[in-house]
Amino acid sequence: MTKKRAILKILSLDARTTPAEIALQTGLTVEQVEQTIKELETEGVIRRYKTVIDWDRLEEGRVFAFIDVSLTPARDKGFDDIAERICRYPEVHSVYLVSGSQDLRCVVEGRSIREIGDFVAQKLSQIDRVTGTNTHFLLKRYKEDGDIFVDIETDSRLRVTP
Amino acid sequence: MSQNYSTPPQKPLNTAISNCPPSGIRRFFDIAQTMKDVITLGVGEPDFVTPWRIRETAIWSLERKGYTSYTSNSGLLKLRERICEHLEGRYGVKYDPVEECLITVGVSEGLDVALRVILNPGDEVIVPEPCYVSYIPCIEFAGGVPVLVKTDSEDGFRLHADRVEAAITPRTKALLIGSPANPTGATQSREDLQHLVNLANKHDFYLLSDEIYDRLTYLGEHTCMGALDGARERTIVLNGFSKAYAMTGWRVGYVCAPKAITTLMTRVHQYTMLCAPHISQVAAIEALENAEKDVQEMVFDYDRRRRIFVQGLNQIGLECYEPKGAFYAFPSIRRTGLTSEEFAEQLLMEEHVAVVPGNAFGPSGEGHIRCCYATALPLLREALERMGNFIAKRMNALPEENLSTIGKQP
Repeated sequence: MTKKRAILKILSLDARTTPAEIALQTGLTVEQVEQTIKELETEGVIRRYKTVIDWDRLEEGRVFAFIDVSLTPARDKGFDDIAERICRYPEVHSVYLVSGSQDLRCVVEGRSIREIGDFVAQKLSQIDRVTGTNTHFLLKRYKEDGDIFVDIETDSRLRVTP
Repeated sequence: MSQNYSTPPQKPLNTAISNCPPSGIRRFFDIAQTMKDVITLGVGEPDFVTPWRIRETAIWSLERKGYTSYTSNSGLLKLRERICEHLEGRYGVKYDPVEECLITVGVSEGLDVALRVILNPGDEVIVPEPCYVSYIPCIEFAGGVPVLVKTDSEDGFRLHADRVEAAITPRTKALLIGSPANPTGATQSREDLQHLVNLANKHDFYLLSDEIYDRLTYLGEHTCMGALDGARERTIVLNGFSKAYAMTGWRVGYVCAPKAITTLMTRVHQYTMLCAPHISQVAAIEALENAEKDVQEMVFDYDRRRRIFVQGLNQIGLECYEPKGAFYAFPSIRRTGLTSEEFAEQLLMEEHVAVVPGNAFGPSGEGHIRCCYATALPLLREALERMGNFIAKRMNALPEENLSTIGKQP
């Protein structure tokens, strides 16, 4: 594994791992680690450091929905101008252009079903050239960005073996 | 009222087996298995579950293909072909999949069969120790006589050719080594292995090379014994899927050796085992064909834990040379003044950390403990903390000069 990949792998597992700890785990020097991280940040490979949160385990309710949006593309712009516009809403988590019967797939967050419903009705569907929306509310998270949110495997090894 | 009178038979059971002491690991297993809140560093297997693609292939082969029959005695030809391609691609050594490769029920069976094929009663097998717990009993069960050669932590358990040469007698039939090694994590350099091959040619004996940990080599490159100059015709390479692919419970391994040896090994295997489990062989094909990325990810993870753990041991005052392979650290506990067994037992009772006493692996293992770092990082850190407490308590009872060196790197 290359130096960069090794550091990225460790940070992707725990973004709080310090350069000193990464140096210990990889056999690189602290200076090499700091220098490489700086490069990765400058190159935009590392976008930012975030925390994986299972919001469902927190008392306060948060509701997520996948919203598929149909658009009429415009000459020269395609779907980009509308997609960029949708990105600006803070309640919108992700926006992807996808193949299939609809054009954009968005992940939207709200405090209630009602709030997301209002967002769709009053904002999203009001955008010019949006011809339709299809909303799926998220009911349960099993796996997200590679992290499994349910405990499926336990250590079944005997405690002392040769 | 009828009664069955039964007197125990007076004729003794097999001498070699009766004389073989029970495994030194057993007693700790019994205590640890019933204890709550134990962090175990006492295992000899990966903490990863077999990669999903391999499990899924096995499920598929049962569910859709109905692969529940015997295979040929030698094992599925496709698996043998993949193994021979793998060995040639990785180590540059060629074996014929039809006549020089046998699929076994893990390396354990491969070793047993190899020893039975090589040894006549009274033949000597040189074994460097500390070594894996099965080596000595398997030699004895096969009618052989183990001749132990000492290795030391001071030079990373290097196997010195002159020590081996000093142990050679007219009865020497084979040398059995494992590199990377259980319990020490030591690896032998290409040069040192070549010296051993030269000795084998000079004094005409066989080489048994247990390479089950070959993929778990973190510093330097693994050398396949069969690939060395002058080695192939007298070498039996033993390997399997347990460690690299986290497949311990599948019980599938292999042996590669020249035709004359493989033919006889297949004969023993044919009559005693028939074949390795079909489903495990199918899974092993998937492992070789598609799980390389999984192996690399696991190796990366072991290596991180290795560095953290070994540094941690040295910091809490358990001097540990750097293990370059497998997933074991084998620190010295001599400064505590305890024997290996006392240390392991007291650590388990007081701090609920299970390790294996070094003397379970041979007399030179005394004064050491085997710690397996194939365990989740938070548990590994917790284990180090508990072991640190344990050492600190012992050291407070010792004279001042011992204290001053605690926590310093050797």
